[in-house]
Amino acid sequence: MQVLYGRHHVRVFRFGLRLVRDEQVAEDLISEVFLDVWRQAGKFEGRSAVSTWLLAITRFKALSALRRRKDAELDDEAANAIEDTSDDPETVVQKRDTGDVLRKCLTALSADHREIVDLVYYHEKSVEEVAEIVGIPENTVKTRLFYARKKLAELLKAAGIERGWP
Amino acid sequence: MMAANKKMLDQEPGEIEMLLPWHAAGTLNARDARRVEEALARDPELARQYAVIREEFAETIHLNESLGAPSARAMQKLFAAIDAEPEQKPAMSVRISSGISQFFARLSPRTLAWSASLGAVALLLQAGVIGAVLMRTQQPASFQTASLDMTDRNAPLTRDLGGAAAAPPHLLVRFAPDAKIADINTLLDSYQASIDGARGGLFRVQIGDHAMAKADVAALIGRLQKEKIVSLAVETP
Repeated sequence: MQVLYGRHHVRVFRFGLRLVRDEQVAEDLISEVFLDVWRQAGKFEGRSAVSTWLLAITRFKALSALRRRKDAELDDEAANAIEDTSDDPETVVQKRDTGDVLRKCLTALSADHREIVDLVYYHEKSVEEVAEIVGIPENTVKTRLFYARKKLAELLKAAGIERGWP
Repeated sequence: MMAANKKMLDQEPGEIEMLLPWHAAGTLNARDARRVEEALARDPELARQYAVIREEFAETIHLNESLGAPSARAMQKLFAAIDAEPEQKPAMSVRISSGISQFFARLSPRTLAWSASLGAVALLLQAGVIGAVLMRTQQPASFQTASLDMTDRNAPLTRDLGGAAAAPPHLLVRFAPDAKIADINTLLDSYQASIDGARGGLFRVQIGDHAMAKADVAALIGRLQKEKIVSLAVETP
């Protein structure tokens, strides 16, 4: 368990943190995730990578935590707070740091869009693995990421950054 | 050629266009990666979108890496929870084998040694009893009529069904020097024969498992001598 924890806990934490947006909750999440893994180790069938299995459990736990905390409101608040700063084009232009704005806009995406962007770009999950983790068809995975990227482009445009797409 | 990039927002994205993020992350299979590479090479619009995707890819990694790592509290909480968990019951088979192991582990070396000796004696006794039973059943099934009397010339003669006459024939066979083991095995199989001894390049071969008439044995020897890999075949004296 220590080896498994040592190898995966940071990624599990980051994935959980991006979903619940609260470090304390994210830390509680990883304890819950690995405790579940310890209890259900016999049920792991090895059909998918361990990391895929862990992320699927993390996602489920994160959604449960969000439901418990009625986090939908918090989510909106957080998004609004970020948009408030992004809505100020002058500030953004002054920064002249596209990367910084891009990261802010990535944070401002909806939970569904954040999740899919992170799974594909950061956790390097294939179409099939994302479908398994999120529990949606593979075609939906592709279109969801496409529309997440379009939303990101809109947020960037609102922040005064044009990238030539779409 | 129609561009793979669908610029209109209200249009459905193209198939290749949707695969670009996975291409940037290097998680496409070889076939799809090749399709995307080919499309990128011929479509500048798609290539421009791919450059944007690579920027998103880099910043997503940057963002996630900046999130840091959980504190030691998370690990402490986890292992405290594991310690507090009720002991998991192993499967029945594991419990049985574990019980047997523990039973033998409790015995002292002296007790174990005596147990092993007793077990060996019991096995020997058992082997003896089985051997005796087999010997009794394999004795020749010869019988005599009560009227057999060689002095009585008119008395009917009965045939002895067991004994030496019932033994299968044994031959001495020498195989050709270039005979291969596989060929010898094939030949032995075809004659239902088995080697039961060897001396000075001659093999003692038993044919079948029942007695044969002398004429049949002679015919069999004749056939054997015609085999390519047999240089000599004679009846054992």
